[in-house]
Amino acid sequence: MGFNKVRASAAEACEGITSGMTLMVGGFGLCGIPENCISELVKMGVKDLTCISNNAGVDDFGLGLLLQQKQVKKMISSYVGENAEFERQMLSGELEVELIPQGTLATRCMAAGYGMPVVYTPAGVGTEVAEGKEVREFKGKKYLMEEAFDADFALVKAWKGDAMGNLVFRSTARNFNPMMAMAGKITIVEVEELVPLGALDPDHIHTPGIYVHRIFQGVNYEKRIEQRTVRQRI
Amino acid sequence: MAWDKIGIAKRIAQEVQDGTYVNLGIGIPTLVANYIPEGMEVELQSENGILGMGPFPFEGEEDADLINAGKQTVTLRDGSSIFDSAMSFGMIRAQKVDLTILGAMEVSENGDIANWKVPGKMVKGMGGAMDLVASAKNIIVAMQHCDKAGNSKLLPQCSLPLTGIHCIKKVVTDLGVFDIRDGAFHLVELAPDVTLEEVIAKTAGKLLTQ
Repeated sequence: MGFNKVRASAAEACEGITSGMTLMVGGFGLCGIPENCISELVKMGVKDLTCISNNAGVDDFGLGLLLQQKQVKKMISSYVGENAEFERQMLSGELEVELIPQGTLATRCMAAGYGMPVVYTPAGVGTEVAEGKEVREFKGKKYLMEEAFDADFALVKAWKGDAMGNLVFRSTARNFNPMMAMAGKITIVEVEELVPLGALDPDHIHTPGIYVHRIFQGVNYEKRIEQRTVRQRI
Repeated sequence: MAWDKIGIAKRIAQEVQDGTYVNLGIGIPTLVANYIPEGMEVELQSENGILGMGPFPFEGEEDADLINAGKQTVTLRDGSSIFDSAMSFGMIRAQKVDLTILGAMEVSENGDIANWKVPGKMVKGMGGAMDLVASAKNIIVAMQHCDKAGNSKLLPQCSLPLTGIHCIKKVVTDLGVFDIRDGAFHLVELAPDVTLEEVIAKTAGKLLTQ
C-alpha cells in the first residue's frame, strides 16, 4: 500500500488518459520533453486532445508525432514554428491553436500549482491577446487577468526522481516541467534515472513529490537537438 | 555606407552597461553578445531558464539539455544559474533584467512595437516577446529601417498586430540611432555615409533631427 507511485512502464503510467482530455506537456522545443509518454499516447490512439505545451514539436518528433496521427484537437502554445504538418492542419482548420505569451503560459501553470485561480500580468496589454480579458490597473500600470490552467494530466520529464516522486531536473531541460508537475490533476513523470529513496539530497530537490502521482523509469531517450550550433576550435 | 547587421550589433553593444543583466532576442540581437567591450561584465539571460549564458559549444560538446531560447545549443559561464520558466518570466516581470534587445517588423513614434504576426501569413506565435516588452525597463530594437519593398518600418502607428504598447525607448537601424520619446523619433546618430535627407525620406513617423 503506502504511496505506490512507481509504475513499471509508460503504458501503466498513462492509464486513464482518454480522448477529449486536456494534457500539459513539459519541454521547450525538443528539450526536456516526455518522450516515453508521447510515444505511449500515439500507441493508445487517444484523440481530440487539448495540449498545453510551449511548442508543438517538429514533424517527426515530440508533439509532432501526435499531430501526425491527428490526435490533437487544440494546442495552447507560445511558439509553434518548425512543423509543416502543424501548419497544414492549422491553415485547413483541422487544428485549433491558441497562442499565448510564454510567461503567461508559465504563470498560468504556476497559478494552478499554487492554488491561485488567477494571476495578473502585463504581457499582452493593448494587443489582441487582451481581447475579452479583464484589465486592471495597479500603481499606474495595466495588467491582464489570466486564469490558472485546468489540466486532467500533466506529462513531465525529469532527470532523476525517487519513489516518493521527488524530482531533479537537468540544465535547461527544466523549463516548463516543474510548474506543469505542480499543475496537473494527475501528474505523470518519466525520469532518466529512478533512484532509491535517500539518494536525492532533500535540499537539492526541484519538485517535491507531493505534486507527483505516478513516476516511471523512461527508456531509449533520443534527446534530439533542434538547432545544433557550435563554434570552431581556435 | 549604412550599417550591415554586424554594424547594427556593434552599435547596440555600445549601449550595454557594465554589470547588467541583458536578454537578447533572436537574429541581430544575438550578435550583440560578440561585441560587448572587453573587460565589461554582462550577464546574458535566456528566457528558457539561463542566467550566465556562454558561447556555442565546441563541436562534439553539444548538450541536448542545454539550449537557449532560440533552441540553439549553448554553454554556461562560470557563475551561471538555471531556473524554470515561471521564475524566468518572474525576473523579467519584476524588472530584474536591465535591458532587452529584440528585433521588430514595425515600431511607432509612441513606442509601440509589432513583431509577431503578419495577417494572412503563417503565425508562429509571440514566444516570450510580449512578456519582455511589457515589463523590461529598457528596450532597444534592432532592425532594418525599411522592409524589403522599401516601406519605412518607423511609423506614425503600427499597421501590424501589436506585441506591446508605449515600450520601446531606442531603435538602431542600418541608417542610424533613434530615441523614442514624447511621441517622436529623435535622431541621435547617423550611420556612416548616411545623409539626413535619406533618413527623412525613409522615416514615415514623426522625426526630430534637433
